[in-house]
Amino acid sequence: MAGLEDLYREIILDHYRSPRNRGELPTPPAVRVEGFNPLCGDEIVLYLDVENGSVRDVKISGQGCSISQSSASMMTAAIKGKDIAEVRGLIRSFKSMMTIHEAQLEPDGARDEPAALVDPDSFGELAALQGVVKFPVRIKCATLSWNTLVQALDELETKAMNSDS
Amino acid sequence: MATVASPAFDVETIKSDFPLLDRVQAGRKIVFLDSAASSQRPRSVLNAMDDYYQTTHANVHRGVYAIAEEATRRYEEARLLAGRLINAPDPAREIIFTKNVTEAYNLVAYSWGRKNLHDGDVIVLTETEHHANLVPWLMLQEERKITIRYIAMDDDYRLDLSDIEAVVDGAKLVSVTAASNVLGTITDLEPITRAAHRAGALVMADGAQLVPHRRVDVQALDVDLLGYTGHKLMGPTGIGVLWARAEILEEMPPFLGGGEMISDVRLDGFSTTDIPWKFEAGTPPIAEAVGLGAAITYLESIGIDNIAAHEQSLTNYAIRSLQERFDEIEIFGPGADAERRGGVISFRFGDIHPHDVAQVLDEHAVCVRAGHHCAKPLMRRLGVNATTRASLYLYNDEHDIDALVAGLEGVRKMFS
Repeated sequence: MAGLEDLYREIILDHYRSPRNRGELPTPPAVRVEGFNPLCGDEIVLYLDVENGSVRDVKISGQGCSISQSSASMMTAAIKGKDIAEVRGLIRSFKSMMTIHEAQLEPDGARDEPAALVDPDSFGELAALQGVVKFPVRIKCATLSWNTLVQALDELETKAMNSDS
Repeated sequence: MATVASPAFDVETIKSDFPLLDRVQAGRKIVFLDSAASSQRPRSVLNAMDDYYQTTHANVHRGVYAIAEEATRRYEEARLLAGRLINAPDPAREIIFTKNVTEAYNLVAYSWGRKNLHDGDVIVLTETEHHANLVPWLMLQEERKITIRYIAMDDDYRLDLSDIEAVVDGAKLVSVTAASNVLGTITDLEPITRAAHRAGALVMADGAQLVPHRRVDVQALDVDLLGYTGHKLMGPTGIGVLWARAEILEEMPPFLGGGEMISDVRLDGFSTTDIPWKFEAGTPPIAEAVGLGAAITYLESIGIDNIAAHEQSLTNYAIRSLQERFDEIEIFGPGADAERRGGVISFRFGDIHPHDVAQVLDEHAVCVRAGHHCAKPLMRRLGVNATTRASLYLYNDEHDIDALVAGLEGVRKMFS
């Protein structure tokens, strides 16, 4: 059985106690997207302001557990100032970190997909969330803000396409 | 109200009847405080189901050979036990086995609702309901212009019945929880049934959280329909009970169609068989019925009044212990010593999220529920997304409560 120290790493508790980028942004220019975790009723609201293809500002409001709140806080710190392609790449890496471990937990070993997609060094603080995969029910908590971010990026892309045409 | 359990009621002996409670997790014995979600079951239930499969299994109401007749007899005996538990006037005809209470509600909304509710009709629910007594009616509302009125919750976590006459006026059905799965509040049904019947409405009560814990007499309560479920009553999953007065069931069209529920089928039509089988299409959960029967027999051997008295004194001990020890706790429900209060204790623990509370408690081998408890409208009314919920049953004792308190000390330490 996985120990609690795998889940509640000090850096996670730090982001939980002092979350970064809490608050709201004016819409427009920012987009506002809500994310729900039906399991626990958590709701987060993401404000994303993208200018010239990079994240100018991002804020999070709403409520959640320590895992969802710290994941959201770390995510905002990681994507601020990054261009969209980099952000998309980070989302892919983060999600594969959450799923690769799930595959490794399966009794018959790894799946066919290579497990080496993630470079933990590029992850910085986010690597602390790796322990969450040992607590499968909590994976949804960790990925809530990331899924909401995907929604926001998709919405921005749709908007851009519509204004181009 | 001080009640003393009978000397025959010994929690240690009762605990030893439940194999799962022997489980050791990280060096500690399991402390199971989630019986409102699903209870554990005693060895006698497991043995009854095992014995049924090993010696008796055959499909019911079909074969003419000995074991098929015996299986039918055991299935129908369970029906009588399920009916006698709630003092149903005619158990052999009025007890319908369903999958769970959720299916019982869907059956009533689909069958009774589609026959009796038309555009402009009114039903009454409460804002404290489980989703099982909300969503089937909301689904019906998507098809038909029915009006749903809601009885509100007051600041003492009880239904506000101050204008009940006006709320039920013109309604065809009033469907309320008999005991809240979040608040622990036991509903005072008497003023509701009186007003509803005067208005010509039927009353359905959700007995999921009451029947396993208190004496329930549908005739004394004067309700018209009631649902309860096996797995919260020490029985297996996959079997629930819908009781309704025979004349109501006779007027209702069938729910699921198939074998068992017909008297004749032609290529251009069918006719249904008698109640209760009219509502039991397909091969029913036979072993589960046998298990439910064994659970009811076990419950009656302990005595429902003894269980109620034990739970009441343990609930008071739990509420006092939590409130004395933790300033940051807020319990959403009637306080210690309150009348009509069951052993479901939902709370907020400072600003620590219920998932985090439950996760750390698990490290102490204490099993509680964290979440919205399938009552999202009630969560909104309480102003929270989720609560932590400890719920008690006959096999819990003061040591379990002390373990909960010790676990919460650990939660406080981790997140302060």
